[in-house]
Amino acid sequence: MFLGRVIGRLVATQKTAGFQGQKFLLVRPVDEHGESAGDVIVANDVVSSGPGDLVHVCDGKEAAMALPDSFVPSDATIVGHVEQFDVSTAADSGRTGAGRPR
Amino acid sequence: MLIGKVVGTVVSTMKDEKVVSLKFQIVQELDERGTERNKYIVAADTIGAGQGDLVLFASGSSARQTTLTDGRPIDAAIFAVIDSWDVDGELVYQKEGLEVLGREPSEV
Amino acid sequence: MKLCRVVGTVVAPVHHPAYDGHRLLAVRPIDPDGTEAADRMFVAVDRAQAGVGDRVLVMADGSSTRDVCGGGEFPIRTAVIGVVDEIEVHGRVLYGTDAD
Repeated sequence: MFLGRVIGRLVATQKTAGFQGQKFLLVRPVDEHGESAGDVIVANDVVSSGPGDLVHVCDGKEAAMALPDSFVPSDATIVGHVEQFDVSTAADSGRTGAGRPR
Repeated sequence: MLIGKVVGTVVSTMKDEKVVSLKFQIVQELDERGTERNKYIVAADTIGAGQGDLVLFASGSSARQTTLTDGRPIDAAIFAVIDSWDVDGELVYQKEGLEVLGREPSEV
Repeated sequence: MKLCRVVGTVVAPVHHPAYDGHRLLAVRPIDPDGTEAADRMFVAVDRAQAGVGDRVLVMADGSSTRDVCGGGEFPIRTAVIGVVDEIEVHGRVLYGTDAD
């Protein structure tokens, strides 16, 4: 799962059954600095995203599990709108799991 | 999913019985501007795409989630022919002879 | 599983229902000595009350992650499943309270 910026929309009429009514968006993966982090991919969308949005993408086989018809060859689906993304470039917290409340 | 261009077909007579009757095409990856990447993949065609068509293809286990590829040893599948796409609000590609300008993707 | 450092928190109030009640973390793969690995940042749900800066164990296999999150078919693929106490390589403790 990764973060990305929606940069465009794609239309395809002739497509495999199960994708009817599903949107395709172009998404540019981003890193912790908001910079481009890999090739642009095409993703389905279940949270009404549009160009400019910072989004959370689920990849792999789980991508199709977000869709109404999960028997589709989707390998990327937008599953969340990112409202806030706080990044720390600081090194280790030094905290370990030992002795912490579970 | 990635954007690609169908640039050829692969014919194989001696093959595993699990891939008999599948049509394999050579797809060259394109970037979001329609520029060709130096990456090629052999994909099972599930929709009857033709030479030169710009298509969407899926990779990995997702590629097996079509009635044609279900349960078969397939790791890439073409599942849509692209009509058009835009980037930053500007039309990058539109299939010849198609009038989809100005329509929302969801209307198609 | 991957060894990662938590580099950020992600707040996404509009999400697929599978994410109800889940915290999202941004993680960056690291080598055992703590240096950043070449792999890019990704996001994972938090199953270990991890915080920013923590070294964590991340499950990056989809079906195992869904098992950890209760099992079933839903779009969650990666999860932070533990906060690291100690990392030892070739008999040398590289991380933890007994680190060399």
